Amino acid sequence: MARFQPAEAFSGEAETVLLPFRFERTAPGKYLVSNLVGEFLRLSDDELQRLAELQIEPGDGLYEKAYARHLITRKGQRAQYQLLAMRLRSRMAFLREQTPLHLFVVTLRCEHSCPYCQVSRQSTDRSRFDMSEETAMRALRIALSSPAPGIKIEFQGGEPLLNFPLIEKIVRAAKAQAPVGKTIDFVIATNLAMLDEAVLAFCKDNGVLLSTSLDGPADLHNKNRPRPGRNSYELAVAGIRRAQQVLGRDRVGALMTTTESSLERVEEIIDEYLALDLDGIFLRPLSPYGFAIKTKLIRGYDSKGWLEFYARGLHYILDINRRGRHFPEFYASLVLRRMLSDRPIGYVDLRSPAGIGLGALVYNYDGRVFASDEGRMLAEMGDNTFELGHVENATYRSLILSDKLVDLVSSSLTQCAPECSDCVFEPHCGADPVYHHATQHNAAGIKPLSEFCARQKGIMRLLLNILDSSPEDAAILRRWGGA
Amino acid sequence: MLALNGSASEVRGFVPQGRSIVLRLRDPNEMPADSADVALLRCTGDSAKARANGFSAALLLGDGNLSEAGLNFEKTLSLPGKFDYLADGDILGFRPEKKQVRTLFRRTSLHNSFLVTERCNHYCLMCSQPPRNIDDGWILDEIRTALPLIDKTTPSFGFTGGEPLLDWQGFIAVLADCRDLLPQTAIHVLSNGRAFASTPVTAAWAAIRHPNLTVGIPIYSAVDSVHDYVVQALGAFDETVLGVLKLKDRGQRVEIRVVLHAITAPRIVETANWLARNLPFADHIAIMGLENTGFAIANDDILWIDPADYRDDLASAVDILAAAGVNVSIYNLPRCVLAKSVWPFAMQSISDWKNSYIDACKNCDERPRCSGFFTTGRPRYSRAIAPILSA
Repeated sequence: MARFQPAEAFSGEAETVLLPFRFERTAPGKYLVSNLVGEFLRLSDDELQRLAELQIEPGDGLYEKAYARHLITRKGQRAQYQLLAMRLRSRMAFLREQTPLHLFVVTLRCEHSCPYCQVSRQSTDRSRFDMSEETAMRALRIALSSPAPGIKIEFQGGEPLLNFPLIEKIVRAAKAQAPVGKTIDFVIATNLAMLDEAVLAFCKDNGVLLSTSLDGPADLHNKNRPRPGRNSYELAVAGIRRAQQVLGRDRVGALMTTTESSLERVEEIIDEYLALDLDGIFLRPLSPYGFAIKTKLIRGYDSKGWLEFYARGLHYILDINRRGRHFPEFYASLVLRRMLSDRPIGYVDLRSPAGIGLGALVYNYDGRVFASDEGRMLAEMGDNTFELGHVENATYRSLILSDKLVDLVSSSLTQCAPECSDCVFEPHCGADPVYHHATQHNAAGIKPLSEFCARQKGIMRLLLNILDSSPEDAAILRRWGGA
Repeated sequence: MLALNGSASEVRGFVPQGRSIVLRLRDPNEMPADSADVALLRCTGDSAKARANGFSAALLLGDGNLSEAGLNFEKTLSLPGKFDYLADGDILGFRPEKKQVRTLFRRTSLHNSFLVTERCNHYCLMCSQPPRNIDDGWILDEIRTALPLIDKTTPSFGFTGGEPLLDWQGFIAVLADCRDLLPQTAIHVLSNGRAFASTPVTAAWAAIRHPNLTVGIPIYSAVDSVHDYVVQALGAFDETVLGVLKLKDRGQRVEIRVVLHAITAPRIVETANWLARNLPFADHIAIMGLENTGFAIANDDILWIDPADYRDDLASAVDILAAAGVNVSIYNLPRCVLAKSVWPFAMQSISDWKNSYIDACKNCDERPRCSGFFTTGRPRYSRAIAPILSA
C-alpha cells in the first residue's frame, strides 16, 4: 500500500495573496472584518496584524479562518476569485431589472392632517390636486416601457382613494396595454378611511394589494394621524379586518411611523400588529421631509433614540418568535437577507447604485416625474433637485439617462463615497442621495454626521451581536433572512 | 451482505475472449431476446422449460448438479447458493478463463452502481474503494455492452470509481448511451470533479443533454489545504471548486458530498457555512458518516471520531444549510447518534447489499426509518448507539 502524506505536505509552496477586505475596530483589541461580498469575521488585534502581513500558514487556525472567508488565496489558484466574482454578480443582479417600481400620485388631497406627513393637501379643489386621466395615461406609457420584466404600480397620495375612479382606469389600461410577458402588481397606499365594498370588490377582482398605516394603539395612532372625527385608528383597524376577510390575510399590509410619542411604547405597538394577525411589522423612523420638518416633529429623537427604540422592539419581537410565532421585523429581514445570502436585493432605499430612477419613478399628480417619493416631497418644499422631467415630453430613456439622474447616482455610490468605500458594512448598505441632499445638501453625504449612516450601522451591529451571542435568536434571524 | 463477486463452476461452452462476457439472466418461462440472455435455473426442472423456450445458455443456481440438465444447452455455468438473490433481468460480467463472475446489475435494486475504473487521481485517506493504477479500460466496454440489456423501466443507477472522468471521452460516450437507451433512468455519477475545471470536459458533459443526470462531487472543507490533505492531492480543492462552478454555469445537476471523520467533522460548521454562502445552488448536499473500510481502516488512528462527539456541530451545520434553503441530507448515520432536530434530514442511504442492523436495534422504534450500519470493512460503533424508545 502506498504511503499517505501528512497534512504538512499539503500546505503548498505558492505565495499567499490578500484579497480585498474591510474592517472596523469594535472594542479595544477586537475587529470586525468583512470580505468583498460582506461576509463577516471577528479577529483580534494580533490576528488582523498577522493577516495583513501574511504571517500565516496552513494549520495555524488563522489561515483556515481567512481562507474560508475569502480574505486570502494562493498564487495560481482561480476558485477564490471565481467564487467572489460570481457572488458579487449575484448581489448586483438587481441592476438587470431596471425600475421595477412606479408610483402614481393620483391626488394630493387627503382628509387626514398628519403632522409628520411628507405631502398632502386638505382641499376640495379636485382640478388642482388630482391627477388627470391624460397625465395618468402618459405616465403609464413610461412605466410600461421600463425594462424590468415585473413591475409594481403603487398608488400614492394624498389619499389615493379620493381619486379612486382614476385608479380603476389606470389598472384597466395597464392590464390592457402591458407587453406580453410583463407582470404588473398593483398596490394602493391608503389610510383605509374611505375603504368601501366597491373598492374591495375591485381590488379582489384585479389582484390589487392594500398597504396602510398603523402607528399603534388608538390614542397614539389618533394623535399621530388626526382626521375629522378623530377616528383614524378605528377606521384603519376596521379596514384591515375587512380587507383580510375579503382579499385574504396576505393581501393587506401595514406600516408604522415612529414619533416621539411612540418611543416608550414599542411593545404596545407590536401587540397591535399581533392582535390584527398581520404577518410582521416594519419599525420605521420619521423621514426628514414635508411637514415632519415644518412641525419640528423630526427633532423628537435622534439616531440614538431611534436605535434604542428599535433594539427594544426587536428583542420583544424575538421573544414572540421564540414562543413559536413566526413574526418578523421586516427591516431586519431585509438587512439579514443581505448579510446572510448573496441574493440580489434591489430594495429602493438600501442599494448602491441608488434606487432613485433606477429602482423607482414617481409620477406626480401634476405630471412632473421624480426620481423618488421623497424627491417629490422636496419639490413640495421648493427644491426641484430630483425632478427628472414631465410626462408630456419625457420617455423612459430620457428620464433614466438624464444628466441629472446620472450625476446624482454616480456621485452617491457607496462603493467609492468617502467613509463608505472602506466601511465594514458597505456591502449591505445603500446610497441615499435624497436624504443626504435634504439634510446635508450633498448627494454623497457626510457620513459621520449622517443619521442615516448611524441608523444603518446601529441596526447591523445589533443584528450581528445577536447572531454571534444568542444561538436561539440567531436561528430565528437566520429564518427571517432565509425567507 | 450480498456477494457480488464469486467463482463459477461447471463452465462449459463459453469461449474465452480475454475479456468479460456480459450475461443477462432470464426467467426460464421467458423467451431469450438477446444473445446475452441466459436462462436462470433454480432446479433441474427449470431446464426443460428453458430449452422449450429456446434458450441456448443456462446458469444453475445453488449446489444442484447441472451436468445432466446442462447437456441440453450449448453454454452453461453454475453459481453457489450465496448468489441466490439473482433474478430475472439481472446482469453479470463473466470471465470464462478465470471462471470469475461479478454481479453488475440487479434489476429490482435501487442501489445499482457500475464501477467505471479503479484508477484515480486522488488517494483519499478514507477511500472505501482503494484505487489501483492498472489498465482497466475494458470496463467501459463491458458497461457499454451491458447498457442495452438493462430494463428500460429502471428508475436509477450510478457510476462510480476510481475517477470515472479520467478517460472522459470514453465515459461521456457511456452517458450518451444512457441517454439514448434508458431515457427514463436517472443517472448518478460519483466524481472528484476536477476534470470539470477543464472547459471541454464540462461542455461535452452538458452537450449530452441527459434528462436526469447528477454528479456527486466531494468537497471536504472550505479550506484548500484541508481538502487537499484529505484527498492527498495538492491543488485538488481549486480544481474541484472550479469544476462545480463550471457545471452549474451550464445548468448541470451537482450534488456536494462531505464525509465526516476526525479531520472534517470538527470543521463541519465552517464547511456548512461556506457551502451555504458559496454553493447554495447545489442541487443537493449530502453530509455522510464514514464507511469504515478500505483506506479508512489503515488510517483509523487519524480518522476515527465518535459521531457522538460531532452530534451538536452536525445539527448546527444542517440547520445552517436548511435555513439557507439548501436541500441537505445526512447519509450513513443511525438516528441514535443524531440530534433529534436533524432526523428529518437523515436518509436510509446505505446500499441494500451492505446494509444491516445490530442487536441494539432490535427494540428500537426508529429502526424502520433508520440508516442502520455498513457491514463492510471493520465497522466501528458509537458509544451513543442505543435503541430509541418513543413510549
